[in-house]
Amino acid sequence: MSRRFFVFDARHHPNRCGAANKALWLMLLVFYLCAPSQIPGDDSYARTISGVQPKMVKIYGAGGIRGLEAYQSGLMISRSGHVLTVWSYVLDTEDVVVVLNDGRKFQSQLIGADPRLGIAILKIESTETPYFIRQTSKEPEAGDRILAFSNLYGVATGNEPASVLHGTISARTQLAARRGAFNTTYKGPVFILDAMTNNPGAAGGALTDRQGNLVGLLGKELRNSENEIWLNYAIPMSVLVDSIDDLIAGRTPSQAANTDRKKPGQALSPTLLGFVLIPDVLDKTPAFVDSVRNGSVAARMKLQPDDLILFANDRIASTCKQLVEELSFIDRIDPVTLTIQRGQDLVDITLQLP
Amino acid sequence: MIQDHHWTENDASHRWVRLFSTSLLLVCLIDSYRPTGFAAEIPALVRNAEQQRIRVIAKAKATAVCIFARGGHGGGSGVVISPDGFALTNYHVVKPAGNYMKCGMDDGKLYDAILVGLDPTGDVALIKLLGRDDFPYATLTDSNRVRSGDWCFAVGNPFLLATDFHPTVTYGIVSGVHRYQPPAGTLLEYTDCIQTDASINPGNSGGPLFNAAGELIGVNGRGSFEKRGRVNVGVGYAISSNQIRHFLGYLKSGRIVDHATLGATVATSDDGRVVVSNILDSSDAYRRGLRFGDEIVAFAGRPISTVNEFKNVLGIYPKGWNASVKYRRDGQEFEMITRLMGVHSRRELLGKVQGPSAENPQPDPNPKKPKSRQPEPEPPKQQPMPAPKIPDPATLPPEIAKLVQLREGYANYYFNLENQKRIWSATVKHGDFSSSKGQWLFAGVLAAGGEVQIALEDSRILAQFPAGPAVVDTTLDLDQQTDPEGSGGFLAALHLWRRLLTSGPDKFGELFYLGTAPTPSQPGLFDVLVGTYNVVQETRFLFDTTSGQLVGMEMSLNDTIDRCDVMFSEFKNLDGLQIPHKIGVRHGNQLFATIEVNHFEIKSAKVEQP
Repeated sequence: MSRRFFVFDARHHPNRCGAANKALWLMLLVFYLCAPSQIPGDDSYARTISGVQPKMVKIYGAGGIRGLEAYQSGLMISRSGHVLTVWSYVLDTEDVVVVLNDGRKFQSQLIGADPRLGIAILKIESTETPYFIRQTSKEPEAGDRILAFSNLYGVATGNEPASVLHGTISARTQLAARRGAFNTTYKGPVFILDAMTNNPGAAGGALTDRQGNLVGLLGKELRNSENEIWLNYAIPMSVLVDSIDDLIAGRTPSQAANTDRKKPGQALSPTLLGFVLIPDVLDKTPAFVDSVRNGSVAARMKLQPDDLILFANDRIASTCKQLVEELSFIDRIDPVTLTIQRGQDLVDITLQLP
Repeated sequence: MIQDHHWTENDASHRWVRLFSTSLLLVCLIDSYRPTGFAAEIPALVRNAEQQRIRVIAKAKATAVCIFARGGHGGGSGVVISPDGFALTNYHVVKPAGNYMKCGMDDGKLYDAILVGLDPTGDVALIKLLGRDDFPYATLTDSNRVRSGDWCFAVGNPFLLATDFHPTVTYGIVSGVHRYQPPAGTLLEYTDCIQTDASINPGNSGGPLFNAAGELIGVNGRGSFEKRGRVNVGVGYAISSNQIRHFLGYLKSGRIVDHATLGATVATSDDGRVVVSNILDSSDAYRRGLRFGDEIVAFAGRPISTVNEFKNVLGIYPKGWNASVKYRRDGQEFEMITRLMGVHSRRELLGKVQGPSAENPQPDPNPKKPKSRQPEPEPPKQQPMPAPKIPDPATLPPEIAKLVQLREGYANYYFNLENQKRIWSATVKHGDFSSSKGQWLFAGVLAAGGEVQIALEDSRILAQFPAGPAVVDTTLDLDQQTDPEGSGGFLAALHLWRRLLTSGPDKFGELFYLGTAPTPSQPGLFDVLVGTYNVVQETRFLFDTTSGQLVGMEMSLNDTIDRCDVMFSEFKNLDGLQIPHKIGVRHGNQLFATIEVNHFEIKSAKVEQP
């Protein structure tokens, strides 16, 4: 609450005010003097913004052809150099560069992703970078003012600060409420914003309240397939926090190292399961299914051409190499659950050889 | 109830707190007794802030201009910046309009306006509204004080909605400052610009961006749109007021003006430094010592750490201005002041203004690089603009036609002539030298020691310096006569100075008004007349912008020798003529001499016997 509201709050009935004792007034006085400044004419967001900018990063990776920008936004999320961003094609390369607000460049390592939330955690070797506190005390509501930080259109380079838009939260709703309209695997709650956050490169940016507290992550570009309107939205941090904590702490198996794992004598492979991946021509060729052999286990479980395999038994297997490698750790007598992106849906199918 | 009228010292602090608390309580009480209802729940601070905002917007809105090109060739926005009607807009707005347009303002009236000056590279145009000398006008403020997060608002004519001439106001914040947006070709480059999320739509081009106090911080001109179509997506850019302030004097000259280049390109070295990657040996920077591989540390007083920063700072300066460059070589720092070259040759710039290239921006040559900032062509427009057709003044209304003069290299030569007249009429108030064509004799001492005598005549100049005699024969070509040695041609400069004072601008030789520009040895800006006479490459005469007094010169004899700068000061009246009694002379970055004049006289010209 800013100080203007307590001074002028009509609920302060004169009789009650008159009965207030000195201690109460002293407390109010302290509060008055300490409350965030909102002086008319000096209500710039500049101070808030200067506090947030050092926590923002620019991310450069795959892409670069028209319509697929090779950059997106991200934010520092831990003392140890963890970067929160959206999981996208930009990360489909070994060479993902994170540029800090001060212009320093780092090669990053993808340490984990949550495809259902569409987020990824990168790690850079920097320990002195300011970072966002993950858990905020209060989630904003419709009508609350927000700031959106991102490197939209790649306007900023090097040590140039991210772009900032202002606006309000129009609604907190479920993206799934318009199921079918949006081509996204994420179905959970979102903040709908009146700021133009849906721009190239903005995904992975920070949504903050007026004090600069992180309240959401700007989502990937989404256009309503029915009315062609682009959606300005952010995923609330309250939805992401547990997953982020797990990814950073290594509690999800998705990014656990392969050390101490032993390969079985006879392991699974795409061929055994009855499907063929697209030709593996890139460093990180996405694990798209090219064809499915009739009569195979994969065919019986309705695996389809153009399915994009993301996980095998909850471990990241989103490239052809990763999938083949992951399957090589699974004994042919054991089942494997593949998490697949099919259009806008995430589908789990379990395959087991007879 | 206060009972204690005899306060003790120990109670003083408690009473102070009580007094303060009571005053807070009173505020609370006063506010609580307001009538119930929605209005009563709005805190006074909010209401006051709202009223303040309404006042600011009303005042700022009155200065906005809705531009409509003749013949339905689109239009845009503008903003009046002086009571006599000078107004800023975009080059790409006036381009299809030519030299005459109609401008609506918030008073509901439609005014005639004429083109004054053009800056095609920076996408700025200056026009002049006619019919009043008391136009409401906006004040340009220091855009370096603008911060990301500051409230701002744009006023203009989006989608050319203002058919009733009342402009549209859109509110937002500053999203970024010191932004660089690459040009389409070499025109329409936005350097050091302001990014805003206030809605900037087609038709807003050329309109003002104000800060929350209603001061002009920029001129809106483009936006990032890409796949969203040509409507606002929360990313608009305004040309900074500081860039415009640098160019304003140039634009008032009626010329088509150019931006500056150092004559060198820079690149990021492997270790992240900004280094000179190429340099023209014809540039002033090279002449004064800058070399390939030198690290640029600061430019025009601003530290440089990236190539973008360098482009940003450089881009807000006009061709021909002097700027300081700090550079590092082998661990040692150097600083120099250099005159900046033009981005274009004169012919090249005219070709681009008259040709179609600005309307057909080239695609990004490196579409795959991560820093993908596609050239944004002309921003807001609804229809493709036709090639410019500058209407012949003969087709203009008579009262407009007399204010328009076509001449190659000029947007409107009329304003150049007007400025020449303005300057000279102020200059002759400090002495009419037209009948002082005899020998001018100076005697004085050098600050460094020794005496000096100079005699100026039409046909020759004789001088005696401590180092020896010096002479210039003015009947011969002057471009190689550099006496005294090491001055860069001080005596030749004095000859041109005397010639201008005695002959006036009409008879001096080729002369035009450059605009306002700084000079290395004096703070502030000066009105500049540029003259060519004999075979001297160029002479700039500097006039005090307030008094009109001729206070300095920058003369380049030829393109191989650094220039000679002369500053005149400590003027004393001698028979109605203001004579400088202190003359400072610089050659390049070196001080050549400071002369304290202790005697001056003008001998009568010899009268030829019939």
